[in-house]
Amino acid sequence: MSQLMSADTGTNEAAAGGSSLLEVHDLKVHFPIRSGILVDRTIGHVRAVDGVSLTVERGSTYGLVGESGCGKTTLGRAVLRLVDITDGQVWFDGTDLAHLGSEQMRRQRRNLQMVFQDPLGSLNPRQNIQSILTEGLQVHGLSTDRQDTRRRIVQALDDVGMSGRALSRYPHEFSGGQRQRIGIARALVLEPELIICDEPVSALDVSIQAQVLNLLEELQRERGLTYLVIAHDLAVVRHVSDTVGVMYLGSLVEEADSDTLYAQPRHPYTRALMSAVPVPDPTVEDSRERILLHGDLPSPSNPPAGCRFHTRCPWSQPQRCAEERPELRTIAPGHRVACHFAEEIAEGTLQRN
Amino acid sequence: MPLLTVDDLSVTFTQRGERDVHAVDGVSFTVDEGQVVGLVGESGCGKSVTSLALMGLLPSRGVRVGGAAHLRLNGGSGAGTPDDTIPDQEQQGSVDLLAADARRMRDLRGSQIAMVFQDPLSSLNPVVPLGLQVTEILTRHQGLRGEAARTKAAELLERVGIPDPRRRLREYPHQQSGGIRQRALIAMAVACRPRLMIADEPTTALDVTIQAQILELLKDLVHNEGTALLMITHDLGVVAGLCDGINVLYAGRVVEAGPRSALFAAPTHPYSVGLLHSIPRLDAPRGEPLTPIRGSINDNIAWNDGCAFAPRCDRYTEACLEGPPELRHRSGEHLHRCVHPVGEGHQEGPASGAGPAATSTMEGSG
Repeated sequence: MSQLMSADTGTNEAAAGGSSLLEVHDLKVHFPIRSGILVDRTIGHVRAVDGVSLTVERGSTYGLVGESGCGKTTLGRAVLRLVDITDGQVWFDGTDLAHLGSEQMRRQRRNLQMVFQDPLGSLNPRQNIQSILTEGLQVHGLSTDRQDTRRRIVQALDDVGMSGRALSRYPHEFSGGQRQRIGIARALVLEPELIICDEPVSALDVSIQAQVLNLLEELQRERGLTYLVIAHDLAVVRHVSDTVGVMYLGSLVEEADSDTLYAQPRHPYTRALMSAVPVPDPTVEDSRERILLHGDLPSPSNPPAGCRFHTRCPWSQPQRCAEERPELRTIAPGHRVACHFAEEIAEGTLQRN
Repeated sequence: MPLLTVDDLSVTFTQRGERDVHAVDGVSFTVDEGQVVGLVGESGCGKSVTSLALMGLLPSRGVRVGGAAHLRLNGGSGAGTPDDTIPDQEQQGSVDLLAADARRMRDLRGSQIAMVFQDPLSSLNPVVPLGLQVTEILTRHQGLRGEAARTKAAELLERVGIPDPRRRLREYPHQQSGGIRQRALIAMAVACRPRLMIADEPTTALDVTIQAQILELLKDLVHNEGTALLMITHDLGVVAGLCDGINVLYAGRVVEAGPRSALFAAPTHPYSVGLLHSIPRLDAPRGEPLTPIRGSINDNIAWNDGCAFAPRCDRYTEACLEGPPELRHRSGEHLHRCVHPVGEGHQEGPASGAGPAATSTMEGSG
C-alpha cells in the first residue's frame, strides 16, 4: 500500500455510471525478494503484475489466459486483496478496493467470491459441507435464522446440481467434479456479483470439465453473474469468455473479444500460444501453421528491457523491440495489442526471423 | 512381427479383506518399429498401470500381473545397436517383459525400453547433479566412464535442445525450468537408443508453448531414430497430432482402437464420442455447447456384469448388461467394444433414461 487511503472511497464517476462492474487501473503487485540473516534487506522485486488495466462488463465473462508465472493468478488474488497491492486501483461497482481498510474490504468480499483451482485443497477436510457453506453466511452476518440458513445452503447446492444429502458429508467423500461443485456452491451461497474462477477445471478429467463449464454458464444465464475466469488453457478460456486478455510476464499483451482473438490474433505471443494448443482433429493438427517458441519464460524478477516478449519473439526487431516497451494500444474497437509491429505482421510485410 | 506385442495384459491389485481391483483387465495392442501408439483415457482407466507393468515397475506384493508382453529384440531390421549384455540365445528372439526376472529387466530398462515420466521434478533425484544422473545410464549400459561419459551426456542434452549442456551437467534439478527437466528426462531415456520409449503424460505438467516444444522433440526422435513410442495421455489433442494408432481405455479395457484418422473421423464408442464432445475446441465457434459425459467413473459397473460404461451412456439398453461386450472389428483395423456403437442403426438419444446404477450412485454428480 504505497498510497494513503483517499478520503472519498465512496464513488468514482468513471465506474459508477457505465455497465462495467470491475475496472482495474494500472495494477501493480510486486513481491519483495529478501535476503540476509540478521538484517532483512530487500534486494529486488518480483514484478508479478506490472501495470495491468482491464474492464469487466456486468454480466459478462472476462477470461485471463497465460502460462504459469505470467501473473494471472496474482492479479485475481489482488482484486480480492488476498495479496497486497503495490500500486494502482481496483474499482468495483464504484468503490476502489485497493484503498479500502481491511474491515471494509472484508465486508466487500460478500460481493466478490472466488472459486479455487484445487477443489480438495481449498475445502477444509475436517469441516462437513454444511459447515463449509454456512461459514461464509456467518462471517457476513447473514445467518440469523437457522431455517433460512438451511434453505439458502440447500438452494446453493441444488443450483450446482447436488442434493441436500451432501450436507453432512465431508470433502473426501466426493469426486473431484463434485468437490468443485461444492466450491462453486460456497461462492454462490453469498449471492455475489462477481466470481473469480482461478483455473476452475484444470484439476478435473475432461468429461467432468465439460460438466463444470456448462454449470458455470448456466449459473451466469440464470443469475446474471459476472465472471473473471483465470486459466492456462486457451480453448477453455475462449469457450467461456466474452472478452479474453492474454498475459505475458506480468502485463496484458492482447485483449479482444473471444471470436476476434481467435480469428485475428495480432500479438506474436497470442499466435504462438494458439498454435501450440493441440486440437483433437488429425487433419487440423497436420495442416496448421506452428509457431514454436524457443526457450523459457524469463524471470519476472529481472524482466527483459523493452518488449517483455522480444527474447522469444519470432518477429522481434533488433532495435525497437529491445529498447522501447510497447504500450497496450487500441488497433480496432475492443481490440488492444501491445506490439510495435502488430500491423506489419498482420499484413505480412514483416516476416518471421 | 511388431516390436512390442501386448497380449491380454491384466493387473489386479489385491489386499486382504478388500475386493480385488482390476486396474487393467485384458488389454492387447501392438507397437511397430518407428510407430507412435497412444493409450488414451481419463484418470483411473489403467493407462499408467499398463506402462508400469511393461517396465516391470509394479511392486511385487499385492499385485497380480497376467498376460504377456513380447518385446522383439535386436535382429530385426531396426536401427538398434547390438548390445553385448544380451545373452546370445535372445539375440534373435524376443523377451516377455512380464515374465523376465528383476536382473534381466534391469538390463533391458534403459537399453531396450525407456520411460519418460509425467512429473520431471519428482522423477529426478533432487540431491544428485543432472550430469551424474545422465551418465549413470551410460555407465550402466555402455560402460562409459569419466570424461567419455560426460562428453556423451553433454551431447545427449544438446540433442534434446538444452542450451549450454556442460553447465547443466553440474547443476541440480531444482535449478532447471520444467521444460529443461523434461528434456533432461528424455535425454536419459534416449541415451542408449532404446527401441521402445514409454512416455507417461510427458507434457501434462508443462505450459502449452513448452508442451509444443517437447512434442516436436518426441516427433523428431521417433522420426530420426526409429524409436517406437508408447504415448500415454489424457489429452486427445496431443494424440491427434502425434500418434499413428490409438487405443482408448475405459475402466481397464480397450473400448476403441484404430488408426488416428479413422478413429477421429468416425469414433464409434459412445465414450470416445463423449470425450471428443466434452473438450472445448480452440477452432470451434464460440458458444457451441459442450456435451459432457454424465456421472463420473464412480458410477461404473464391473465388466463381468456388462458394459462398464453403461451407467454413463446415453445409448444404454438392457442388452448392454448381458455380459461383457466383445472387442469387435468395425472396419479394417478399427475395433470397438460396444453393443450399440454410434453410427450403426440404433436410434440416437437416450434409450431408456438414466443408466442402470445411475440413480443410486450418482447422487449429486448431476
